[in-house]
Amino acid sequence: MFDGIQKGLREALGKLRGRGRLSAENIREGLREVRRAFLEADVNFNVTNDFIARVEEQAVGQDVLERVNPADQIVKIVFDELVGLMGPVDHKIPVFKDRPAILMMCGLQGAGKTTTCGKLALKLRDQGRRPLLVAADLQRPAAVDQLKVLGEQIKVPVFSEATSPVQVCKNAVAFAKQNSLDVIILDTAGRLQIDKELMDELNEIDRQVQPDHVYLVVDAMIGQEAVNVAKTFNDALTLNGTILTKLDGDARGGAALSIKAITGVQIKFIGVGEKLQALEEFRPESMASRIMGQGDLMGLVEKVQQIQSQVSEEDLKKQQEALEKGQFTLDDFRMHFQNIQKMGMKDMIGRMPGMAEMIPEGEDPEVALKRVQGMIDSMTKKERNDPDVIDAGRRRRIATGSGVQSHEVTQFLKQFDTVRALMKQMMSMSVWQRIKMVTGMTKMGAFNPGNEGMLKTKGNTGHRKSAKERAEERKKKKKKR
Amino acid sequence: MFGSLFTKIKKSLARTRDVFTGVVDLFRGRGKVDKVFLAELEKRLYLADVGGFAVGVIVDRVRQAFQDKEVSEDVQTFVKQQLREMLSDPSPGISYAPSGPTVVMIVGVNGSGKTTTIAKLAHRLKADGKKVLVAACDTYRAAAVEQLTVWCQRIDCDIVKNAQGSDPASVAHDACEKAKARGFDVAIVDTAGRLHTQAHLMRELEKIHKVVTRQVEGAPHETLMVLDATTGQNAVTQAEMFSKSVKCTGIVLTKLDGSAKGGAIFAIKQKVGLPVKYIGVGESMEDLEPFDPDSYVEALFS
Ligand SMILES: Nc1nc2c(ncn2[C@@H]2O[C@H](COP(=O)(O)OP(=O)(O)OP(=O)(O)O)[C@@H](O)[C@H]2O)c(=O)[nH]1
Ligand SMILES: Nc1nc2c(ncn2[C@@H]2O[C@H](COP(=O)(O)OP(=O)(O)OP(=O)(O)O)[C@@H](O)[C@H]2O)c(=O)[nH]1
Ligand SMILES: [Mg+2]
Ligand SMILES: [Mg+2]
Repeated sequence: MFDGIQKGLREALGKLRGRGRLSAENIREGLREVRRAFLEADVNFNVTNDFIARVEEQAVGQDVLERVNPADQIVKIVFDELVGLMGPVDHKIPVFKDRPAILMMCGLQGAGKTTTCGKLALKLRDQGRRPLLVAADLQRPAAVDQLKVLGEQIKVPVFSEATSPVQVCKNAVAFAKQNSLDVIILDTAGRLQIDKELMDELNEIDRQVQPDHVYLVVDAMIGQEAVNVAKTFNDALTLNGTILTKLDGDARGGAALSIKAITGVQIKFIGVGEKLQALEEFRPESMASRIMGQGDLMGLVEKVQQIQSQVSEEDLKKQQEALEKGQFTLDDFRMHFQNIQKMGMKDMIGRMPGMAEMIPEGEDPEVALKRVQGMIDSMTKKERNDPDVIDAGRRRRIATGSGVQSHEVTQFLKQFDTVRALMKQMMSMSVWQRIKMVTGMTKMGAFNPGNEGMLKTKGNTGHRKSAKERAEERKKKKKKR
Repeated sequence: MFGSLFTKIKKSLARTRDVFTGVVDLFRGRGKVDKVFLAELEKRLYLADVGGFAVGVIVDRVRQAFQDKEVSEDVQTFVKQQLREMLSDPSPGISYAPSGPTVVMIVGVNGSGKTTTIAKLAHRLKADGKKVLVAACDTYRAAAVEQLTVWCQRIDCDIVKNAQGSDPASVAHDACEKAKARGFDVAIVDTAGRLHTQAHLMRELEKIHKVVTRQVEGAPHETLMVLDATTGQNAVTQAEMFSKSVKCTGIVLTKLDGSAKGGAIFAIKQKVGLPVKYIGVGESMEDLEPFDPDSYVEALFS
């Protein structure tokens, strides 16, 4: 059903390549694709139109470059604009020396408030704080039990009493002070923003308990109403942040943009599963990719940036120069994956071009890379700079030195050749194209919401295949032969 | 019957107007069916979550039929008629098994309103004189069993349950056995919320489905997907994926007492073929009503 905006954009704008400037006329078709993508992603209708106008303003007058597809130019503008609108984000949760900080969750029914309370409590507990969960939902059957079960799972105390929502919250503050707990999380009942009585109740809690932060919990699957919901809650309570839940599904999450655009309230965290560990900090870049249906582009970019910041400027320059001359050495290669290891990013290894090939199927990537590192370490400087000098004798020595078989060294050197070729190729591309190339090679299924093909085949989402799926795959392969 | 919902939606629409100035009263405005009018119609439909597919169909038809003609009652009637035709006929309710217990399976994503809907449905069927049993097959979520238990006490209804963490398929099995042995008319199976993208959880659901099929002839007689009316375009994918897994027979559209309209049901009917059978209009046990497409379309434009 949906391929992300890039495909449509390329079709619409491909013919512009290298021809003059972007104008309102020649990008109209392309912007229509962007609009379609946004509405499909549940970005609010009015927000979408405003957004398109901004993109048009940015785009018109830009030179159309020979080496860049105009579609990519638009994608970049859309992306930057999205990131700019949704960011920046401050993930800090208030802390006070002399009194507990108070956080309050609110939102529509079933959005994920209670679960998110548990998740936040776990996060804060892991940061060394002493949270108290407060069961202020006296409305939904077994809501108090639900919070108690969660509290028990993470060993965080839960305060409850059969009084009234306002009273429970007030008494909880006293309880926290007595027991030197330093952060209080109030779980309130779900309510419609048009329910005056229940909105007044929230106001009353707000007035009497004065939470330091109030968070609106919103289901990522929400449609056009997101703005009305957020606006009304914000008008009533002055929100400090939004938490978007259920982003482990394939909803594109346009609400993230709509809410921020209409209320100015930032998205702070996202829920990515039912388990209490499944809470992450909101990153505008990932969300932008998601809304655009392009997979988690910036997740990768961010990680690459992180690597680069760890590599010293000088190294980087040298590496760059060498790369440009096509002299990517084994030393560079080792530095490259040492950086990856530094971050402990096992899954990153599979994402880097050439890295995946180094890892025999079924083997722990870290073990495999240790072995490769061992081989490189057993080489002389000369060998590392120019692997071509490695003959049978040198090969044997390297094998003995690193405790592997001689043919494994041969195999590794062959693979390295491929990587070197790849690197050379990448150097001739723009950063944007490089990212795409890298992501194109990845198992990005899980990060590619809305892509129907992925949903159907499931082949590359990295999940364990069932016997049935495997049999089907075998069948398919046979047919091909 | 639709009265309370009607006024509730009207009220919320008034709020919508506050937020978005410039929403003219579509059909009462003067002028022609032109670009401006069609853009306004498009906007109305999009804001009700009707989605690109159905919006495109409707706007095209109106353009073809009325381009450059005066805006009139006829246009309004035509639009409503087109929308109405995209939906199914009024809900006939539950289709019962010719003999033995009727099994109704309830599925859907997290927090859509499954458990509450079951309470409402059980209450409704009991009022119709049916002997109803409920199976607590959400053994995963914290206090899900307790939640259903409280409801069953309130509506005085039998429940089959097991401890949290136990096998949901075995609870379904026990419930089917009990329904057969004790002469229950209807067994309603609650299931844990799950996102349709979670392959292992969808397989778990298929397993429950299989057990039910094996235990009771022709079961499940209804498999209803509970859909939160606040949901946007993801609703269509949900309907597709759940139908693929457990062959749904209909939708229960919940939370229509809120300000959202649930416009995704047009695309769901058109693309997946699933009709809406019931709507949820509140949090208490009386708040379930059979779906009436005419009132629904009326409410979209009220
Ligand atoms: N997949 C997934 N499920 C979630 C997430 N957050 C919450 N849920 C599920 O969503 C459902 C509703 O969550 P609750 O925490 O009970 O929601 P609530 O807002 O407290 O609901 P009310 O109190 O009834 O208004 C449960 O099944 C949760 O397990 C998430 O990030 N991902
Ligand atoms: N306003 C309103 N709230 C509803 C309606 N139906 C359900 N709810 C509320 O939505 C919340 C979630 O309902 P549940 O029945 O627990 O949802 P569920 O699908 O069983 O949730 P999980 O089992 O966690 O996936 C509760 O607070 C319900 O009271 C409705 O029609 N209108
Ligand atoms: Mg709750
Ligand atoms: Mg439930």
